Amino acid sequence: MTGTVAERISAHPFFGPLTGEQRAALAADGTAVRFAAGERLFEEGGDADRFWLIEDGSVTLDIRVPGRGDQVIETLAGGAVLGWSWLYPPQRWQFGAVARLATTAIEFDARAVLRRCDADPAFGYAALRLFTPVISERLQATRLRLLDLYGAPSQPGYRETRETKAEQR
Amino acid sequence: MTGQRTATATLADPAPAVPCLYRVASRREDTSDTVTVELADPDVPVPAFAPGQFAMLTALGVGEVPVSVSGLGDGGGGRARRLEHTLRAVGAVTRALCAVQPGGLIGVRGPFGAGWDVPSAAGRDLVIVAGGIGLAPLRPVVLTALAHRSRYGRIVLLAGARTPADLLYAGDLDPWRRAGVEVAVTVDRAERGWSGEVGLVTALISPAGLAPGNSVAFVCGPDIMMRVTADALAALGIPADRIRVSLERNMRCGAAWCGHCQLGPLLLCRDGPVVGYDRAAALMRVREL
Repeated sequence: MTGTVAERISAHPFFGPLTGEQRAALAADGTAVRFAAGERLFEEGGDADRFWLIEDGSVTLDIRVPGRGDQVIETLAGGAVLGWSWLYPPQRWQFGAVARLATTAIEFDARAVLRRCDADPAFGYAALRLFTPVISERLQATRLRLLDLYGAPSQPGYRETRETKAEQR
Repeated sequence: MTGQRTATATLADPAPAVPCLYRVASRREDTSDTVTVELADPDVPVPAFAPGQFAMLTALGVGEVPVSVSGLGDGGGGRARRLEHTLRAVGAVTRALCAVQPGGLIGVRGPFGAGWDVPSAAGRDLVIVAGGIGLAPLRPVVLTALAHRSRYGRIVLLAGARTPADLLYAGDLDPWRRAGVEVAVTVDRAERGWSGEVGLVTALISPAGLAPGNSVAFVCGPDIMMRVTADALAALGIPADRIRVSLERNMRCGAAWCGHCQLGPLLLCRDGPVVGYDRAAALMRVREL
């Protein structure tokens, strides 16, 4: 990725709904960063004081399970926003995050962004409208995964509805 | 074999009601509950199935189920044409079909239905999105595109599976990558040692960098997966009539006579299973039809 943070934010569709002034304000709280594959970005339970726009690469979200190590919950690819625990108290990471591949991102100072939201409600409202669709989409995807779509007896390509229904009786 | 063939029915009939018997020429266990069989007849040419079409397969003495073709069927090298089906053992019939060993007999009626019509996508990028066992009916799309590589733009395969162990055709993926297919795989639940993507298959769409104005999409999987995938592709800008989904319903006769597979105005054994999302979208949101 090339260009200043301000240029990169202006060019990224995620920030499209913001005004030019709001994008410039956000850029003041952002820094371009790189993570090597395998590098941990944050630990579960840690201080949620940052968030990232992943530009390129991939990041794994994980949760620590005693005796089973770090269980991967989800991976996030380029274009995704990483981290929203900073938005609400207690501002602690709910999960951990590790760069799965070499990753470039814009890292934002979450405390500075929150201060800006408090000081400028119009900016705060715009920021909230930026992030709630991300939260909503992840929630919907998680709900669909809970359905265990690919488990039997549903099986596309087989069209065995009648048989499986008969067996369920 | 000919002596076992029944009455006057042949697979060349427009709507054969009586199955022909084929021998299992090969059998491969793909996953713990999924088997791919090749069916052949040394005496009679096996008819050509288009990608996306299905056959009614009979497990002798047990019952009959519709199953899409999962291969091109061209034996190559002078070998007789074969029918390839991937079966998942979830019910009495499919368990019996999966258990048939090489040399055993399986009844076949078909080909039935409207397929993926891959040639009509010539000149465009192919976006193939599979969920779980839905990769089976889409495998012939990949194979057709590779057999005529110069006719198509990018070939993008996005596949979702329950776990890494449930991923179908894992051995095909690297050869497809080497042949130029852009393959991305995600699983719902990672297992120890899995270093790939984890999440819903729709999460693979954005990173694929598709060109919606020049893409044709082929989507197969559970109904809900197809719906959210087709909606995501449509939101990206792929017109609904260039998004094709394969609908599974209760196919029985295969000839649009019995009405068991009716979905609104469609009789899916004839008008489907592959249907454009411009027609399918509304039908996939109705509780009962």
